[in-house]
Amino acid sequence: MASGEQDVSEVALKGASAPMAVAASRAAVLRRLRLTDAIFHGLTRGASLAVLALLSGVIIALIYGAAPALSTFGFGFLFDESWNPVTERFGALAPIFGTLVTSFIAMLIAVPVGLMVAFFLTELCPKMLRRPIGIAIELLAGIPSIIYGIWGLFVFAPFMQEHVQPLFINTFANVPVLSTLFAGPPYGIGMFTAGLILAIMVLPFVTSISRDVFDAVPPVLKEAAYGVGCTTWEVFRYVVLPFTRVGVIGGFMLGLGRALGETMAVTFVIGNAHHISASLFAPGTTISASIANEFTEAVGDLYTSSLVALGLILFFITFCVLAIARYLLLRLQQQGGK
Amino acid sequence: MKFAKIALTASALALTSWTAHAIDISGAGATFPYPIYAKWADAYKKETGNSLNYQSIGSGGGIKQIKAKTVTFGASDAPLTGKDLEESGLVQFPMVMGSVTPVVNLEGIKPGEMVLDGPTLANIYLGQIKSWDDAAIAKLNPSLKLPKQAIVPVRRSDGSGTTYNFAYYLAEVSPEWKAKVGVNTALQWPVGIGAKGNEGVAGNVAQTKGSIGYVEYAYAKENKMTFTKLINKAGKAVAPGSDTVQAAAASADWNSQPGFGVILANQPGDKSWPMAAATWILMYKKPEKMAESAEALKFFAWAYTKGDAMADSLDYVPMPDNVVKDIMKMWSAEIKDASGKPLYSPTN
Repeated sequence: MASGEQDVSEVALKGASAPMAVAASRAAVLRRLRLTDAIFHGLTRGASLAVLALLSGVIIALIYGAAPALSTFGFGFLFDESWNPVTERFGALAPIFGTLVTSFIAMLIAVPVGLMVAFFLTELCPKMLRRPIGIAIELLAGIPSIIYGIWGLFVFAPFMQEHVQPLFINTFANVPVLSTLFAGPPYGIGMFTAGLILAIMVLPFVTSISRDVFDAVPPVLKEAAYGVGCTTWEVFRYVVLPFTRVGVIGGFMLGLGRALGETMAVTFVIGNAHHISASLFAPGTTISASIANEFTEAVGDLYTSSLVALGLILFFITFCVLAIARYLLLRLQQQGGK
Repeated sequence: MKFAKIALTASALALTSWTAHAIDISGAGATFPYPIYAKWADAYKKETGNSLNYQSIGSGGGIKQIKAKTVTFGASDAPLTGKDLEESGLVQFPMVMGSVTPVVNLEGIKPGEMVLDGPTLANIYLGQIKSWDDAAIAKLNPSLKLPKQAIVPVRRSDGSGTTYNFAYYLAEVSPEWKAKVGVNTALQWPVGIGAKGNEGVAGNVAQTKGSIGYVEYAYAKENKMTFTKLINKAGKAVAPGSDTVQAAAASADWNSQPGFGVILANQPGDKSWPMAAATWILMYKKPEKMAESAEALKFFAWAYTKGDAMADSLDYVPMPDNVVKDIMKMWSAEIKDASGKPLYSPTN
């Protein structure tokens, strides 16, 4: 408190043991302080520039690696379903389709469930249960994806093949659209199973972020709503969700990012087939699964290059998702400001 | 004694200054022979002090690595063509054999009970035979009770020498397979689910009811999977195993292809397994690392003569003696140092 009026250099000088001319040492100390600041400044800027350099390096490397495939197949690469290493004709449509469909299934399940879990934890859950459930969900996020893959293949897929898929196929056999979506034979593994596994993997991201933002809702808002006679559902729908939508969308995007890029678990249960079929039970493939499966043994430049091109497309898709998320958040914030 | 001799030979032949360290041979390639190469390398190190570092990165990777000259030898399940060998200055020889085996997961059917033939197998993987009670399967198995259950074909999702041998056989027996799918280490599969590696296919077949897959025989045996018999070219039903692979190797004309590059699929002979498969070693005719290459050849010679029992214990099949003799003759004739002296001679 007493040193509140002291010069910075005087404070710094207190540590100096050898007595010296005050003016000279003050200049030296100031120089030293400036130097440290300059170094710190440079380091932080360097770190930021390094990230930028890395990013552009990745993009350049991807474009360079993908060039042979893209120049051979042109834009048709995006719309070609065939993936034939024998005749060296490659197209990205099947992996793109698989990536989008499995991520869509995952989000369709994980978002509503995640929001409900988060709301239960913040509003309705007895205090005693709150911590155990919260920790359990965070542990779910910590499980390595290979474990999900092995569990999916050895436990979940046989269960799907014997119980769930026959039930779906038989139940919806005569329903127009659903009979195509859930057409047999039951393989156990396939796009649907991959989507479900992804949903489980994405769930903790959606839940824990939603829970954090739900916690941030001022109690006075909720209390006021309950006070005028709102039901719990109405509080959730008209008070909590509107107040937290930015954070919720952030959690949604984080989950979607993971679903789009997830590799190991998907590879185990999707069936790795370069096909597009209307049935969700059919085997398919995703971009990251194709790369993981085939890269080491891709013989020939065009094959390798096509896989790199797949990577470039995934990069682009993820970039678009992030851009859309930013745009949505921006608009929401503007609306919120009104 | 032995070490001194090796070092002397190496330095004399390779004109490189030798050090007092043991020589490290490096190799990379096919995953299929990795267990036996590792076992041989272990025994060889105990005997001679020289170690072999083999990385099982896959056949395609093995070919890339030897062409980039980062290893002493490459290993591949699919042979290179004569033209490719000539252009790259490589020699090629088969090291050990195995077999590709169909495996199924069907309730109530025991290993070796089901019989399939090539065209049926091709039609299953073409998606034309969809159910286990199909007439084509029933005709081959009159005594089995076949369920009305969908067939789930399982195949490799990565490039693989196993796939190459499997597809080669199917193309031999099914014109439609040859025209529609073809032969390569990776294929555009009409149906089925893909799994990575032999262990992936084995795991998927074990987990999926009504599935069929193809794996190396050793995997089928170790995992106690339900392998099937196959009808061979002579029309006889045979079971996979070292005797039927040896029969196939004995009927093959090894010198008909450059670099002994004979695919053992669909060989004649009553006892021949139709999907027998060899795995090859690739080396340079004029290697840059003389000492290592000379030592690698000594290792291979040692494996041919002393490694048979070890191969048997892991369900690999050793090369027939007459083929080994031809291979060693080829070494002396083809693999030479800068001064034109052969790197390998049977006396040292």
